[in-house]
Amino acid sequence: MTVLAVAEHRRGELRDVSYELAAAGADLADATDSELHLAVVGGDVAAFGDDLVREGVDAVHTVDHGEEFNHDVSVQAVEQLADGLDVDYLLMPHTVNGLDYAPAVAERLGLPIVTDAVEMAVDGTLEVTREMYGSKVETTIEVESERAAVTLRPAEWPQAPTGGDAAVEPFDASIDESAVRSTVTGFEEVGGGDVDISEADVLVSVGRGIEEEDNLDVVRDLAEALDATVSASRPVVDSGWLPKNRQVGQSGKVVTPDVYIAIGISGAVQHVAGMKGADTIIAINTDPNAPIFDIADYGIVDDLFDVVPALTEQFGG
Amino acid sequence: MKILVTVTDVAVVDDEFEIDGLDVDERYLTYELNEWDDYAVEEAVQIAEDGEEVEVVTVTVGPERSEEAIRKALAKGADRAVRVWDDAIAERDLLDAETKASLLAAVAREEEPDLVLSGVQSGDDSFAATGVTLAEKLGTEWAAVVNQLELDTEAGVASVHRELEGGVEELTDVELPAVLTIQTGINEPRYASLRGIRQAQNKPLEVRTLGGLGLDESALETPLRWTATDEPETEGEATVFEGGADETAGELAAVLREAGVGQ
Ligand SMILES: Cc1cc2nc3c(=O)[nH]c(=O)nc-3n(C[C@H](O)[C@H](O)[C@H](O)COP(=O)(O)OP(=O)(O)OC[C@H]3O[C@@H](n4cnc5c(N)ncnc54)[C@H](O)[C@@H]3O)c2cc1C
Repeated sequence: MTVLAVAEHRRGELRDVSYELAAAGADLADATDSELHLAVVGGDVAAFGDDLVREGVDAVHTVDHGEEFNHDVSVQAVEQLADGLDVDYLLMPHTVNGLDYAPAVAERLGLPIVTDAVEMAVDGTLEVTREMYGSKVETTIEVESERAAVTLRPAEWPQAPTGGDAAVEPFDASIDESAVRSTVTGFEEVGGGDVDISEADVLVSVGRGIEEEDNLDVVRDLAEALDATVSASRPVVDSGWLPKNRQVGQSGKVVTPDVYIAIGISGAVQHVAGMKGADTIIAINTDPNAPIFDIADYGIVDDLFDVVPALTEQFGG
Repeated sequence: MKILVTVTDVAVVDDEFEIDGLDVDERYLTYELNEWDDYAVEEAVQIAEDGEEVEVVTVTVGPERSEEAIRKALAKGADRAVRVWDDAIAERDLLDAETKASLLAAVAREEEPDLVLSGVQSGDDSFAATGVTLAEKLGTEWAAVVNQLELDTEAGVASVHRELEGGVEELTDVELPAVLTIQTGINEPRYASLRGIRQAQNKPLEVRTLGGLGLDESALETPLRWTATDEPETEGEATVFEGGADETAGELAAVLREAGVGQ
């Protein structure tokens, strides 16, 4: 049997999720008595290939085609590799680029796809754990077939250590250029501007629980009293109430303040990705089951409109 | 030009809830228009308002309950709606991305849209795979996680920004027809006006069955089984302060002072 895991890179660097896929792949290969193959498509494949020689990896396949990710190329290359290797389990990252090619590859190979896995186990069949309802429940999906595609949530697996003696082999994918109908024309950095929230020691962060733009004054007053910076979850930024440079999360900024006060923020995985490195996390939320409490050090289960002004008052605000 | 928008309603779980079998007990669920689809509908309606002769059609795989969300999309300016459902579909615990895409593809093949817009994900099961699977089934191009869109219908190209991680956007040109999965923030979804809501009552909402779409139950076959649902064990060791707001705020203030905040 064969497990194939596909690495991800951007702007000249392999992304951490690549090594996590290698670790998850090694576990799965162990449990199913399979070989683990890794693949990387495009970029500096020679360097990437060497870097992907990790413990538990049997072979690394490099596809030298283009500098950056292009989903049409990835789909063709991974399809051909998976076909040639007769792959049973195909692992891809649940990243923005993973979302852009994994479902197409699975469809082309006729594989069922389970996305956003946070755990995998093999008990005769593959069982994938994933979350639903904004991480409020965990569900198990059993794969009753021998073969499947699974996308893995970043930062859920450790990174496979370097080592092992996998051979790095160039794979000569035959890319049908007429089927490449999307062209990446560039990149753009967004979210610069006046304040760099990633530099702040104390962040007062506000989420959808604030309900209305006018209510933001409640958190601004607290931030002022604490001499802190205001940041936000995505819905607040999407609504145009705060600029993009204040957004914390997967598509916003990664912040590592001493203190992060999450006010009316549920703690969706894409938000947590940006703030879980804070030293002390404080959550104020009416919902005792909000996932933010799983990572918080201190919590108050109450209405922010009662608690936040009371807290501001404590600091003479 | 015709734009097909995939629209679904999603379940939102109450603060306190119980699990009954595989799912959260229905008593603790309320349904609303999927956040990402709301932006997709808005994008389609804005394109229609900018150009001539654009028809916006919504397509939903969902029970009668989802008509509330569909009417909302119609009230915001979609022209008509198609809903796919029958007893065989209702019997399935799990509608995986592949199954949903198969049903949506059957409608798309009849409608022959120039552009399909879908949400990046559904807020409840978060598979985030239906749109791209649909594109692959239709043999069209696609782009996932689009937060900016410019159409050049004459050249047959959609120029999009894809929102990557960490504040970086990828600029991509995609040949039409295409399926684009829409990220929140691409626009500002409008509120349905009273007039819109009234008009929506009279807009066509057609219900289609598997058989009616020329499919049979094999379209619902999947090797994926939803076998268990649990409340995750909290790994958290949060100290939760109890009491009235003044009391809890006081205790939290002490923690903050201890950490050197607000001195
Ligand atoms: C590809 C992708 C990228 C994303 N990137 C990001 C990102 O970078 N950053 C980000 O934040 N999100 C991101 N998201 C969105 C993410 O999935 C969530 O939708 C978002 O984080 C939810 O924000 P929220 O917690 O403010 O809102 P909600 O999830 O709606 O939570 C609001 C919370 O407020 C509480 N509340 C309500 N009223 C009160 C009150 N009066 N007092 C106290 N509490 C109250 C509620 O109990 C609830 O827990 C991304 C999504 C995708 C698909």
